[in-house]
Formats: sequence, structure tokens, C-alpha cells
Amino acid sequence: MHLYVLRRLLMTVPVLLGLTVIVFLIMSLIPGDPALAILGSYATPENLARLRANLGLDLSLPQQYWVWLTNILQGDFGRSYHLNRPVLDEVLERFGATLILAGTSLVLCVVIGVVAGIVSAVRQYGWADRIITLLVLIGISVPAFWLGMLMILLFAVELRWFPVSGMYSIYGGGDLPDLLRHLVLPAIALAVVAAGVIARLTRSNMLEVLRQDYIRTARAKGLDEKRVILGHAFKVALVNLIPVIGVQAGFVIGGAVYIETVFQWPGIGRMLVSAISTRDILLVQGGVLVVAASYVLFNLCADLLQYWLDPRIKA
Amino acid sequence: MMAFLKLLARNRLAAFGGLLLLALVALALVTPLLPLLEPNATNPANRLQSPLSEGHWLGTDQLGRDILSRLLWGLRVSLAVGIAASLVAAFIGSLIGLVSGYFGGRTDNVLMRGIDMLMAFPYILLALAIVAVLGPGLMNALYAIAIVNIPFFARNIRGATVSIAHREFVDAARLSGKGDLRILVSEILPNVLPVIVITLSTTVGWMILETAGLSFLGLGAQPPQADLGSMLGEGRRMIINAPHVATLPGIAIFLLVMSINLLGDGVRDALDPRLKSGALSRPAPQTRLRRRHHNRVDDDAKTSGQTPALLEVDGLHTDFEVGRDTYRAVNGVSFALKPNECLGLVGESGSGKSVTALSLLGLVASPPGVISGGRVEFEGRDLLDLGIRELRKVRGNQVAYVFQDPLSTLHPLIKVGEQLVEALRTHQPLSRQAAHERAVALLGQVRIPNPERRAGQYPHELSGGMRQRVGIAMALANDPQLIIADEPTTALDVTVQAQILALLKRLREEQGTAVLFITHDFGVVSQICDRVAVMYAGRIVEVGPTRELLENPRHPYTRRLIDCVPRLGDPDHEPAAIPGLPPAANALPPGCAFAERCDLAEPHCREGEIALIASDAERQVRCIKPLANRTTTGAAHA
Repeated sequence: MHLYVLRRLLMTVPVLLGLTVIVFLIMSLIPGDPALAILGSYATPENLARLRANLGLDLSLPQQYWVWLTNILQGDFGRSYHLNRPVLDEVLERFGATLILAGTSLVLCVVIGVVAGIVSAVRQYGWADRIITLLVLIGISVPAFWLGMLMILLFAVELRWFPVSGMYSIYGGGDLPDLLRHLVLPAIALAVVAAGVIARLTRSNMLEVLRQDYIRTARAKGLDEKRVILGHAFKVALVNLIPVIGVQAGFVIGGAVYIETVFQWPGIGRMLVSAISTRDILLVQGGVLVVAASYVLFNLCADLLQYWLDPRIKA
Repeated sequence: MMAFLKLLARNRLAAFGGLLLLALVALALVTPLLPLLEPNATNPANRLQSPLSEGHWLGTDQLGRDILSRLLWGLRVSLAVGIAASLVAAFIGSLIGLVSGYFGGRTDNVLMRGIDMLMAFPYILLALAIVAVLGPGLMNALYAIAIVNIPFFARNIRGATVSIAHREFVDAARLSGKGDLRILVSEILPNVLPVIVITLSTTVGWMILETAGLSFLGLGAQPPQADLGSMLGEGRRMIINAPHVATLPGIAIFLLVMSINLLGDGVRDALDPRLKSGALSRPAPQTRLRRRHHNRVDDDAKTSGQTPALLEVDGLHTDFEVGRDTYRAVNGVSFALKPNECLGLVGESGSGKSVTALSLLGLVASPPGVISGGRVEFEGRDLLDLGIRELRKVRGNQVAYVFQDPLSTLHPLIKVGEQLVEALRTHQPLSRQAAHERAVALLGQVRIPNPERRAGQYPHELSGGMRQRVGIAMALANDPQLIIADEPTTALDVTVQAQILALLKRLREEQGTAVLFITHDFGVVSQICDRVAVMYAGRIVEVGPTRELLENPRHPYTRRLIDCVPRLGDPDHEPAAIPGLPPAANALPPGCAFAERCDLAEPHCREGEIALIASDAERQVRCIKPLANRTTTGAAHA
């Protein structure tokens, strides 16, 4: 029974290693000489050679990877030469802000998507279904970054319900209510697309499950529709939806790049975009690696949750 | 192809999306021919003009450039980049999928692990990392988006390829000496093409969105070149003072992506055969009732005994409405059941016996099922007329079902004990604890060894026979007056079948429950039923006490059906299959539905309606020339 858990945990190790290989390879493919980029074109050949040796650039690729990997495992992601501070410190600080935003969004899109999907399936071809289907279509077609701007325009500039941007107010902010006020608009903007996808898949999943024989059995027992739909049908649909939610989490984390840019949220997405513009490679490397690794771990949790909910996997 | 286009056109939303997309593409194509202002001509004196201002229908941007012109040129770029990225992703992804699925083994393993690695990254993050390497620029954004979409194609196409790589026609091609490449191109590719098209139609929209997104971040199109995304990105800085600069390109992206998504959904629906049949309809909690006028064929078919009937079904009609066709699954069925009696309902598959059983408590899936006439009187009430609230009080309480395949009819994720507790607590005010004790007792009553432990197990942990015992225990939970058993032994092997029959028999003796026993097996009937009703093409063709009916069938169909059964220890008896097939339920012939397959049929048999006629006090038969007793077989027709 615990064999599955063990196997799933062990499977995560090569995936994480693979991530480091891909990230390392991508970054070492970057054309140009980093030493030259750092020292500028007036550097003497001696200085360049010394810096290359310092950076480990005179080693072979596998040797470079090994040095880099052992450093990373010790928490040394190098220094950002643009910000002049350790990459890990910057990445963790920014990642915390992203987690707040993406986590809230994920909860929102799961709750909204699942509820809308169930209502849509239960009222199939009714008015509620049509309206939800239309909203879902809009939700998955709208560019999130544009939607974010429209929301700023309407709710922050016109109605002044929420702040325009940022995570905390500059003056007198910093507490939880302040954070929540700043969180509302970006979290919703980020949740829209994933909520649409989840609503869609919940609907089709529920329709599929509602046709199963055991639903007829539940009705033959005299259960009311609330129990049939939530207690019997949704139980199965939820288990099927967990991997979907895992995938959507990836889209939410990715979408955070746009939303953080629109709302000036000090998260890792915005950090990556500016690091790419300033060609701060170590920062990009560290950011991508941390986000990707945490996404892998999130999916591990989703799989374990599914295992816990579905006794059939244990067999 | 034509059928596909027709299906697509019938889907109004998809047609709308298709037309919108066509219009946008046409607009992008003719843009160079239109009398537009130069998209990159700056005019600082005329900056940030609002829409509908002179000379600029949609206004100007921060450099005084005409927005309409920039929008159309930007649309061209966005469309071209999005489509190009899709084609690149589709080509490489499909290639990987085909090779991986066709060759399997190590090739498959290596390729798919690589794909898994790519999918371990959050989607856009990988695109960002790629752009970080290649540097900002429209072409680089195109490559990045294409690469991150390769896994979707590779996985879907691999799945489709694996499912056909070992089919007969592929093996035949291999045996005829064709090379792998030719097989892939001429045999496999045409068959996985729908999957490629579906994947493409569902991903093009994303890819356009994502390339626009990269441009928005300043990592895609670089000035002076502009696509819709970069226009949006530039407009963001003046969103408060001049909202139209960012809003208009956003609307353009939205319309473009929405038209593609609408069309894509239509394409998927048209290509996915499962959706074509409308099979994904949700069954309502109760079969729809729409009484229509039906000609009464039979006179009163009530039993003439002194004991009042427990259940009286009179002229029951159940139809399936699929498209414009109406399938008459149950076509005027009448029978009665006394307390403590066991009536067998026998017939071939498709004769309407299961639909009859499900109609009694409104459990026929609806749509497409409709009960179109008749009465189901149970203790003086017509169950068909009950509202769902009242009906629920009968379901599982006074009338309970035992279904055929207990693996699919028990809930897979709920412990069997819990499922019993639920059945109990729905109809009885029991505490959780008391209900659990009762559930365990019920499991013991149906002879499940170690019931306390079994109650904590899931259906998949039990054997087929055990599961059916659970199904029976669940039916018994609320001491019903009537159990409807729908082929309860069919899915089980013979020895288990015998055990279940013995169990049902014993329970009937102990509890005095009436049973409606649906089966196609006369052997089972003879063991448990007091009376038998034989169904054919939605109607009862013969009713009588079990023994008499089996020994002296009067309807030619009953006789042929009995003759089909092989007899143990009688090697001379040759089981005789009935020639022909039952009539289609949407085109029932006039007269006797069995006439086509009956070797005793006469012209009269194919005219008018034939009633169920009493042939003696306890037997009725729907035949104008019923058979005489077996000893004098043939005499009546001599």
C-alpha cells in the first residue's frame, strides 16, 4: 500500500535532476562570453582568464554542471551582478510574494471553477448552463494582462474600490488588511483563465459521471439529488479533477508573470522579466529553477492527494 | 469531409466563430491593399487623439501613429506568428508522437521522458527561459511558444498512434513488406490526423495568446515592429490617461482568440464520435412522463385471484427519443404481482424487460427515455404520477432494486458498509452507530463471512459474488415489499449464480417479499419464479404459471426460446437458434412482431393488433393460432 507513495517519491528525484540539467543547459547555451560581458571590452586577457577560472568556465561542461549542482544543493545560486546580492535571497523573497498571489488565485479558480462546473452540469442546457458556458468562453479567450488593465481602470481608477498596484501601501500600510486590499484585483485577474478551464472540465466530468450505473443505484436507493450530485457524483469527479488542478497550477504560476507586471506585484515573475531584459542570467537561472522545482513538488502533492482519495489506486 | 463540414455548420456557435475568424484573416490579408496611413509614421503634434477624431477613426497613440492602421498590421503579425508557432509545434510534436507510439520500447521511453521533463516546467516559465537564452525578439518568441507546446502534440498523437499501431491493417501492411516510413505515412498518419487537428484547434488560441503575452512583456516584437501584444504593452503606460491605446489591441486579441476557440470546440465536437450521439446528456432524477394516447390492445389483464395485487402495471409505454426517431422499448405492458409472489420477466436482450423494470420507479435515463403511457399501481397509488419527493420515499424503501453488474452499480469510492448505512438512514431515523450495526447484520444475513471487516472494504476489494450479495443486502435494507431484480445473476459464474439464487429463494421464504425477476435464462426462472411473463419486442407475448408454461408453451416464440436452451444429459437435443433478428424498435411491423421469424406465420398474423388472450384460467397468450400441448404438437396446425 505504501509502495505507491514510495515509488512516487522516488520518481520525483530524477525529475528534479532533469530540471537542473535543462536549466543548466539552457543557460550554458547562451552565446557570448560571460566574463567579457562582466568586465567589458576593455578588459585585459589576463583579467578575463582569471575571471573565467573564477567562474569555472575553463572546465568541461559536465564538470561545470557538477560544480554548479553541488553549489545549488548547498544553497549557493551565485550572485546577481545586477542587484549585487545573493540570487537565492532575492528569489526567495520574490517567490514569497508570488506564492501569496498564485495561492490565492488557485483557491479562487478551483472554488469558482468547480462550483460553476457543477451548476452547469446539473442545469445542462438550461439558462444557468448557457450563461456559464458563455462566461467560460470569454474567460479562456481573454488575455489576462488586458483583463487586469481593464480591472485597474474600472475598480481602481474609476470606482476607487481597490489600490491601483503594488503589494502594500507605501505609507502606513504593511498589515494584513492592506495586503488583502492589494490582493483582490490581481488574484481575480489571474484566476479567470484557470477558472474557465476548470469549470469546463468539471462540467464534462460531472456529465460523464452522472451517466454511470452507480448514480442510478444511488437514485434507486431513494437519495435526494443533493446527495446524489455532491455525495456520489462529485466524489468521483473530484478525484478525476485533481490532476487537472495540478496542471492549472502551472498555468497560474506562469500567468503570474503577466499579472505581476500589470499590477506591479513584487513577485518572481516580474523579477524574471526584468532579469531577462538586463541579462542577469544567474538570477533567471535561480528563479526558473526554484519555481519549476516547487511546481514539481506541488504536483507530487496532488498525486498523493489523489492516492489518498481514491482507494482503487492502492489495489 | 463534407459530413464533417456539415456537422460543423450545424453548430451555430462554431459557425459564428468560423465566420469571425474568416473575416479577421481576410482583413489581415487585404491590409496592404487598404488605404491606410503608414503604421509607423509618427506625428508628435497629434499624439493620443481619442477614437473617432478627424483622420484617425480609432485615434492615435503616444507617438501620434494611427491606431487603426497599426491594429490591422499588428493583427497580421500576430496571426502569422501564432499560426507559424502552431504549425511548428504540430509538426515536431506529431513527429515525436508518431515515432514514439509506432516504435515503442526504448525509443518511446526516451522520447516520452524528455516530454515529461518539458511538462514539469510551468508552461510560460519555460518559454521565458528560452527567450532568456535566445534574447528578446518576435522570432525567438515564436520558437519559445512552439517548443513549450510540443508536449501537448507529442502526448496526444503518441496515444492515438499506440492505439492503432498493432491493429490488423497495420500488421497487414507490415507483412506485405512495406517499410516503417511508408506505413507511418500511408497507414498511421491518416488515422491520427483527426487527433492532430483537434489538438491544433484547441492550442492555436493559446499560442496566439502566449505570443501576444511575450510581446506584451517586451520580450517579443521589438519596435518599430509591432504585434497586438506589444501594442498592448506600450499602451499600458498610459492606461489611465488614454485607455483606448491599450484597450483596442486587447479587444482585437480577444476576438481573435475567441473565434478560434469557438471554431476549435466545434471541430472537436464534430470529430469526437462520442459527442456526436449526444450521449453526454445528464439523466434527470426521474424519467420524463408525457402521456400520449395509445390504442388499447389488451383487455384487462389483471389476475383474477382473490388476493388484491401488490403491483399492477397497466398498458405501460416507454419510448426512447433519439433525434427524430422514437424507439418503442416498452409497448403496452400489463401485468400484476401479488404479495409474496415471484414473477419472472423473460426475453432476449432488447425485448424491453429491463426498461420495463426501470420504468416502474422512473429510473430510465431521461433523456432519451420517456414514459408515454400507462399506470403503475402500487398499494393503490400510481407511481408514475408521484412527484420526485413522494417517489423517493418509495425508492429503496417499499420497492428496491438489485442490479445486474455490481461492480459498476456500487459506488467505487465508498465503503460497502457506508453504502448500506446510507440506504438505511435515507428511510429510517437511525443513528450512525445503529445504522452501522444494522448494516453489518445485513451483510451477515446475505451470508458474507466476516461482515464487520467486509463493511470497511471498497467494492473493488470484493469478489463478484460478494459484491452481488452486498447489492442484495442493500435492497433488503428497508424491508421492502417488492424487490425488482434485474438480471442479478447474469454477470456471475455458474457456481456463484447458484449460491445467489439459493440466497434469494431463502430470503423470499423468510421475509415474504414479492420479487419481479428479470432474466433471459429459463433455467433460473424454473428455480425461483411462481409465474413467468415472456416479452418480445416490447410486449408480453405469454403469461402463465412457470411449470405449465415451460412444459407447454403456447406462443411459438416461447417455444423457440425454450428450445434454444441446451439440456444437460440430453445429447440428442440440438439447441435451435431462432432465425432472423427482432424487429427494430423504431419500425415495428403491424400485427405480430414475431411473424417474420415464425415458421407458423399466416397472412392474418401480419394484420391489425393482436391481443393477449386468456387461454385458460391462469394463462394468456398473444397469438391467433396458439400451440396446443406438447404431446400433440402440430395437431392444431395440421
